Parts: sequence; C-alpha cells; structure tokens
Amino acid sequence: MDTTLTIDQVHTLEAFADTIIPGEKRGPDDRAIAGAATGGGAVASGAIELMLSPEGGLADTLDSLADGLNEHARDYAARVGLTPEPTVPPFVAMEFADRIALARELLDPGHPERELWVALAMFSSMAWDTGAHMHTTDALAAGHPGLTTMGFMPPDPDGLWRFPRFSYGRPLAAIHPRTTPRGDPQ
Amino acid sequence: MTAFKQTDVVVVGSGFGGAIPAYHLAAGGASVTVLERGPWLTADEFDHDFKFGSSSTAAFEFTMGEGMNVLGGNCVGGGSVVYFAAMPRAPRFVFERQGSLGRRMWPAAVTRETLEPWYDRVAQALPITRSNWDDVTYAGGVFAAACNHAGRTANPVAAAIDTELCTNCNWMMSGCKFDAKRSLLLNYLPAAVGHGARILPLHEVQRIERTPGGDFRVHYTVVDPVDYRVQVGAGAIEAKVVVVAAGAAATPVILQRSEEQLGAMPAAVGRYFSGNGERLNTAVLNEDRVREVLGLDRGDGLAYAANQIGRGPSAASWDRLDGSLPEFSRYSLEQLYFPPGFGTILAQAPDAVGPSWFGTDKKEILRRWQSWLTIFIMSEDDNEGVFGPPPVTGNADRISMQMLSRSNLRYEPTANTRHGWALADADIRDILERDGLARVMPWTNDVIGAYTVHPLASCRMGDDPATSALDDMNELRDHPGIFVTDGSAVPGALTVNPAFTIAALAERAVPGIVRAARARGVDVRYLGALPPAARASRPVTVPSV
Repeated sequence: MDTTLTIDQVHTLEAFADTIIPGEKRGPDDRAIAGAATGGGAVASGAIELMLSPEGGLADTLDSLADGLNEHARDYAARVGLTPEPTVPPFVAMEFADRIALARELLDPGHPERELWVALAMFSSMAWDTGAHMHTTDALAAGHPGLTTMGFMPPDPDGLWRFPRFSYGRPLAAIHPRTTPRGDPQ
Repeated sequence: MTAFKQTDVVVVGSGFGGAIPAYHLAAGGASVTVLERGPWLTADEFDHDFKFGSSSTAAFEFTMGEGMNVLGGNCVGGGSVVYFAAMPRAPRFVFERQGSLGRRMWPAAVTRETLEPWYDRVAQALPITRSNWDDVTYAGGVFAAACNHAGRTANPVAAAIDTELCTNCNWMMSGCKFDAKRSLLLNYLPAAVGHGARILPLHEVQRIERTPGGDFRVHYTVVDPVDYRVQVGAGAIEAKVVVVAAGAAATPVILQRSEEQLGAMPAAVGRYFSGNGERLNTAVLNEDRVREVLGLDRGDGLAYAANQIGRGPSAASWDRLDGSLPEFSRYSLEQLYFPPGFGTILAQAPDAVGPSWFGTDKKEILRRWQSWLTIFIMSEDDNEGVFGPPPVTGNADRISMQMLSRSNLRYEPTANTRHGWALADADIRDILERDGLARVMPWTNDVIGAYTVHPLASCRMGDDPATSALDDMNELRDHPGIFVTDGSAVPGALTVNPAFTIAALAERAVPGIVRAARARGVDVRYLGALPPAARASRPVTVPSV
C-alpha cells in the first residue's frame, strides 16, 4: 500500500482535521492549523497518524482526498471571490471561517461526495476523542490532547480502569407504579 | 468429488439466537457445529484500549447503511459480549402492536404471558438480577433524580451483571475484562462445548444450498484474524437442520444470497427491518445546578462529573410505556454511556453558532465531557428498513480491517417513527432542562442517518405469510429445516432493550427445532435443562475444520 503523501497533501489533511476539532498553532509559521481554539486539536491528537493507519482502511485514498479538498477549495474560492495565496494549497490558504463553510457544504446530506468527507471527518474526530492510533494508556501518559481535555480519567497502575465509588447509594425517584415484582415493566 | 464434513445441525452465529439452540441441541444428543464469523476472545483478551486492533474493534461491528447504521457484536458470544446487559422484559402492549399493518404483527401464539416461562429460563441461566438503588451509577442516579424533580418515575434496570465482580470501568463494549458481565461465554456456550458442540470462530457463512439428498450444505469462508477483509480459506459443512442467527443485519443477507440455490425466499426476508426506534440525546449538565436543584453530591466535592464511571445503563424512565397511549407514541428513556468516539461524534453542541457536531462549539462541549449524560430512546419505529441486493461476501463491504463496513440496508424514517422521536426528544428536554439542570441536544441524523444497537425484524415471525418470513415456531416459510432465532425474528420494535426477548424467543424455538431434527433422522431429545454457570470465560484452542 503506497501511503506516501506530499507535504502539501499532509498540510491539506491537517487543515481539514483542524476544521473538525480545531486547535492551537504549533508555531508562528503554522499554516495548516488555523488556531481557532485553545489547546491541541485533532492534528495534535494524531489525526494524520490515524488516517494513515493500515487498520483504518483510508490510507490509500488520502492523496486523492487531499487533492479533492483542494479542488473544492479552488471552486469555493472562485464562488465567493477569494484569491487563494499560491504558496500553500488552496484549502490551507483559506481562513478558518471559509474552511468551516466549505466543510459544511461537503458534509451536507445532499453533497454527492458526502460519504468520503464524512469518513475523513469521523477519523479526525476519533483522533481527538480516542487517540485510536495509540494504546490508550500510552496516549494518556503522553498527555494526549483530546483525552486529556475531555478529562478522561487515568487507569490504575496495572492499566485497567476501576471505579470503586460509583453510586449515590440512595433512592432517587419513585419507581413506576406498574413495575412487576421482578423489576420489569408490565 | 469433494467430501463435505457432516454434522446434524449447523448454527450460524453464536449470539443469543445461536448459543441457546446450540446448547440445547448438543445437550440433547445432536452433533452441532457453530459457525461464527468473529474471533473467539475471552477475558484475558478484552482490552481497556481504544487502539485500532484491540478488542474494541476486533469484537465490534459498525455497519453503515443508507440512512441506518447498525452497531453489534462480531465475536463468539455475539451481542452478549459487547452489549450493556440491560435486561428488561418487553411490556405487554408490545406484543399487541400492529405497526402499519392494520393488524397484530406478532404471531397469535406469542404474548407476554406465553413468553414469561421462557423469559424465566433465560433469567435463571445467565443469570439476570434485579437492580436496586445501590447498583445505580452516578449517571443513572442523576437521571433518576431529574426524573423525580420533573414529577416522573425512574427505575433501576435489571442486568445480567455480577455486581460483586463489576468495577464500573465502562469498558463493557470491548468485552468484560473481569467476567462480571454474564455473557454467553459464561453459560450457554461453555455448556454447549461441554456437550460436544464445535464452535468455529472466523468462519463467515456465505450461503446455504440443498444437497441432492434433501439435507443442507452450508458454505463459509475463513476470515483472517486481523484483517477481516482477507479470506484465508473456504469450505462447506452438510447438516440436516440449519439455525440461522447471524444477527438482523446479516441473517437476511445470507438467505438472500442463498435464494439462487434454495429457491425463492418469503417476501419478508430482508424487509421490515426495525432499528428498535432508537435515538440518542446528549445533555451537558450544569454541575452547580445538579447540586442545588437535585441535592446530589458524590461525597468527594463533586456533584456529578461522572460520565466515565459505570456500566452502561443503570436507570430508565418507563412513564411512556403505557399501553393506553397510541402506537408510535410509547417509548422508554434509558440513561446510557457510550465511550468517546461512538459516544461523541454525533453529539451536537446546543446553541451552536456554526456547525453543531464539529468545529469550535463542539470542542467547547467536549471540554465538559465528564458532565455529559447520554439518554437513550427506544421507541416504536415503522419497520421501514429494506435490504438491497447482497454484496459478494459477508453482509457488507468491509472498509477497515475490522469494525467498519458498508451495507445495502436502506432506512428512511416514516412520519410515525419521527413522531415518536420528536415526543421523546421533547420529553428529555422537559426533564433535563428544567431549572437549568442541563442543555440537551439529540444526536444529529444528518451525518450518517439513523443508528441502532438493537437491529430487529429483518426476517420476522408472524402468522401472515405476506408480511412474515417465519412461522410462529421460527421456521423459514417454504424452507422446512431452516430456522431463524436471532433478533431478525422479532417482529418489531420493543420499546426496551431486546436481548432478553430475543433470548426468550430462542429458548421457545428449541423444542420445535428438536422436533424438526428428529423428523429428519437426528437422534436428539429436548431435555430442557439449563446450562450451569461458569465463573470465567475459558481460553480455547481454535479448532481446525
């Protein structure tokens, strides 16, 4: 499987992932990440690594997805009267608000290519929500931005989760009057 | 000339619908072979891990259709391994449902009363235990307290979980590391093996044909244990009786693909699919209001902030499970947990200025993820799902190595279904937005359509040959000797979690399957004894065919 991407293709996919779960720029020259939110977003959480993972099944379509995004960005720019900066890929050249507007078009139920872009969006989300390219214990130990920001609690020292305190431990509502003696609905 | 392996009974699938007949038939003296397309995992192999390739993807299936997405088990033990083990009996009115048929959709022989003894057997075998308030998790508790505050009732939910062993880790969708969940790996399946049944994991049944002698030949492929897209072998087994229990998203596809050899299928094969009327809402709780309005405190300074803690659903509102209400307006509301990923992607930010399921507003609500409360609607849908032509192999075209595939299931919710969802959405808002407790939004259906963790009815039983594929003893119409005993046999949505009802119907079907096997010369009896409980899911050596 050839998963070699050009740097422009990587930046384009990063810009799309950053539109789904935005994050802060990696440095002053970072163009792919728009910097629309504080803290690490999908890119810092491993979106590209997850897209490239052989398990995911997306890897060999990523080059055409990146190129497709840039085609749509060129079309979008022409429609709304933007002049894309030529030094970066057209999708990367767009401001965050325009990236969002284009992503909404691509993810709209009526868009003919929606399935492709929904898949890419789901992988972007999953990178942040789950860090599924890494073992979860490793991701948490490394301060994975998504899991950490969500407040995902860490495991016990053996890598397993246990919550010995889990209940308010008291009745909190009247049960339904037609509950059977076994506890079922009638 | 090929010599085929012989067995008395082939069982396709090892979830509730497959494991229960497999056990009874083996215990009664039949030779039984269970073909399961997923892997055979045990507690040691159930991971607390989201990584691709861990048990969270190896044992789980996410089948994307057009307008309907089905989540289910893909392993020995089927749904019982990955489900949340909530086990209520279906309410009485469910069995009287008409749907859009204009007449009762269930067979006359099946009512809550006639099913009670079969429910009792399953409750004893797993076992299922009644829950009390000490078992209700923080998430269930906060939902119950909010119901109470809104003048509603709420019930602890009975579950097939040994709470002495449960750690409330909430990883149960990846299989239970602690063998606390009373899955089929701890009762029916080891008992079936003890009586000589062979369980063959990674064997995906593709089609069934008749032999010249009137028996059945079941064709399978062998699936690579890591990359399920790859087939590493193929074969066939001959049997006198076939029990199809591949799950409601796969059983009709196998039968459709078999039509060329077996002859025409009943019209209801692959039609009337129900998603159990399922839908989810996410509430983002205001921790201060939870403390002030509901008076809740965990005792450690926090009011709630416990989304991650628990074991799926532990409390439910049954106020709308009322048989006097019109059909398509009855539903249960159940507190639920889905792990990040499944449980977050489709959730929508309230009051979003931009897009609601991605972007900056979405990230803001994700920062408060521990204060999320997920509410699960199980309502009455309209059996509107239809399967298109079967794919070349399997029930769907696999996209990823594991878990993700695309099927030909189409589902366009009717006004009846959408009516029930709208009522339930409004009810959840009324309960949880009262006095500033939370902001609530349903999950979006605009991204991938509707979704279900409880697929049903795609090969359903009934009395009317025009609208049911099975007779009232689960035998496939016009194809004697083939039985269907999984969720696809359930005629329609149940308004509650269906596993208990599927299992009870499978128990009920067994005596008829035994009679059919005997009529075909199989030396088997129906003993009726229940399986003994095992304490631990045993590691196994995968047998070769």
